[in-house]
Amino acid sequence: MDLSVTLKGQSHDLTLKNPVLTASGTFGYGVEFASYGDLTALGGIVVKGLSLLPREGNPCPRIVETTAGMLNAVGLQNDGVEAFCRDRLPRLPWRETPVIVNMYATSPAEFGELAARLDSEEGVAALEVNVSCPNVKEGGVLFGQDPKLAAAVTAAVREGAPHKHVMVKLSPNVTDMALMARSVEDAGADSISCINTLLGMAVDLRTRRPSLANVVGGLSGPAIKPVALRCVWQVARAVKIPVVGMGGIVSAEDALEFILVGAAAVQVGTANFMRPDSAFALAAELPAACKRLGAASPAQLRGALLTD
Amino acid sequence: MSQPRSSLLTVLDLVPFGQTGQESRFFALRLTHPQWEQWRPGQFVMVRPTSFGLEIPWARPLGICHMTARHLICFFQVQGRGTRRMAELKAGDTVRVWGPLGNGFVMEPDTPTLLLAGGMGIVPFVGYVSEHPRPWNVTMLFGHREPISCYPVDSINEHVPLDSLREHTPGDLDNFIFSLQERMREYAEQNGLVLACGPLPFLRTVRKFAGELGVRTQLSLENRMGCGVGACLGCVVRTTQDWPVPARRGGLVQVCNQGPVFWSHHIEL
Repeated sequence: MDLSVTLKGQSHDLTLKNPVLTASGTFGYGVEFASYGDLTALGGIVVKGLSLLPREGNPCPRIVETTAGMLNAVGLQNDGVEAFCRDRLPRLPWRETPVIVNMYATSPAEFGELAARLDSEEGVAALEVNVSCPNVKEGGVLFGQDPKLAAAVTAAVREGAPHKHVMVKLSPNVTDMALMARSVEDAGADSISCINTLLGMAVDLRTRRPSLANVVGGLSGPAIKPVALRCVWQVARAVKIPVVGMGGIVSAEDALEFILVGAAAVQVGTANFMRPDSAFALAAELPAACKRLGAASPAQLRGALLTD
Repeated sequence: MSQPRSSLLTVLDLVPFGQTGQESRFFALRLTHPQWEQWRPGQFVMVRPTSFGLEIPWARPLGICHMTARHLICFFQVQGRGTRRMAELKAGDTVRVWGPLGNGFVMEPDTPTLLLAGGMGIVPFVGYVSEHPRPWNVTMLFGHREPISCYPVDSINEHVPLDSLREHTPGDLDNFIFSLQERMREYAEQNGLVLACGPLPFLRTVRKFAGELGVRTQLSLENRMGCGVGACLGCVVRTTQDWPVPARRGGLVQVCNQGPVFWSHHIEL
């Protein structure tokens, strides 16, 4: 079965051997999962959000389990772009599987600088622009809630990395997903990924304290799938560039639901914590799941939702 | 060292510990063999029963109690909704297990070795004493709150002498801390090794004495974990200026894949 998909961008296409990517922040730098499956069997590897300089993230506790999901307020702890390019990237099979670097910065100018640094890395196939992190004080979701700021960040990355496919990751914590999507498309995005986590909260009745030191955090996991499907459907209808869907995907059927509402590819996130071979298992099951549905390929289901 | 792998194992049995006639909160979980070639005492596994469904997303990190040629044995205490669901496991049920994870304790056969366990911190030492080639060099001090019958002490007693102290009153805790200090002093004087596992306040006390007495000490941490493989960054601990990798000194490292066992002077608690 032909599982390949090309994300046709405005400037650069990104071709994947199958539509299963890993979601940033849930797959480390990829190498952590190498003993649980063949990294080259994935459509792509989206690595943990990187910033120009190392970041420590938020205080602990910064993750908590909730019903059918989890909250995290890790706050983009990472080694910084130089350590990644020097120590991690050479260990990834980037010649066989596209490596997509999720990137975070605190201003459009800094986004541009980070993009320019990554533009020269042969092993980086695409950049995923994080304008939607709910867990950082500067920038983060603010960029993703203001269409003008999101466009400015997108344009800065587009300009900084003229040789890379630019994917912009949108937040669901907005009133109008379509407005945000059109805004980053107009600013030059090659594709859109959505959704980032939903802002949430958990408390401990016995200690009368919030479960997270940061008080609030981003909700992910199966609990958010209906919200994610709705967002992907709205975004896919609003723009011409391809959409990469995510939010609570655990099974091949979940992945195909996102493709049915218009996604070209998907990202597997919290499921990687439910079992470390999730993404590998899902990619392997995709052909059989298509067959059961009478589809010749995932692409045949793309946007095939019947709404009459 | 075996590369960790993920496998679907079958429950052979779940044996309750504790006083008869009371609802048990302590269980030994015996599973089919995960087909690893090697493991080290102090390593752990992530255990996720199929019955967790989508409702309980995370696996639970459990110390490896022991491995035989045919079985993997874990031990747990019911603490929250996940372990409550695990207490309902029956023979024939399936669980997803990934491991062996983490680094494990050092084993120096000829060094006088003191094991310090607080409560459930006893679990990794069951495997440690049975794998130790010269168990006559090992002794153990065990502090606990629940009745001794709740813990797998028999499998330790078979191999090494075990002193236990149950905390009934705050005064008992003072006695335990006093014994802890005295025993650590003995091992400091004979240039021995101290290995500790237990709750955070206990580990902090051990760490403090280790520094004061200058005895080589390893601590096994049980921070909250989401994934067990180093990806979620939920279990991090701060390193000291003694951490071996210069770039990470004073920074945060994962307990799951950089630990769970650390030299006491390598981390802040």
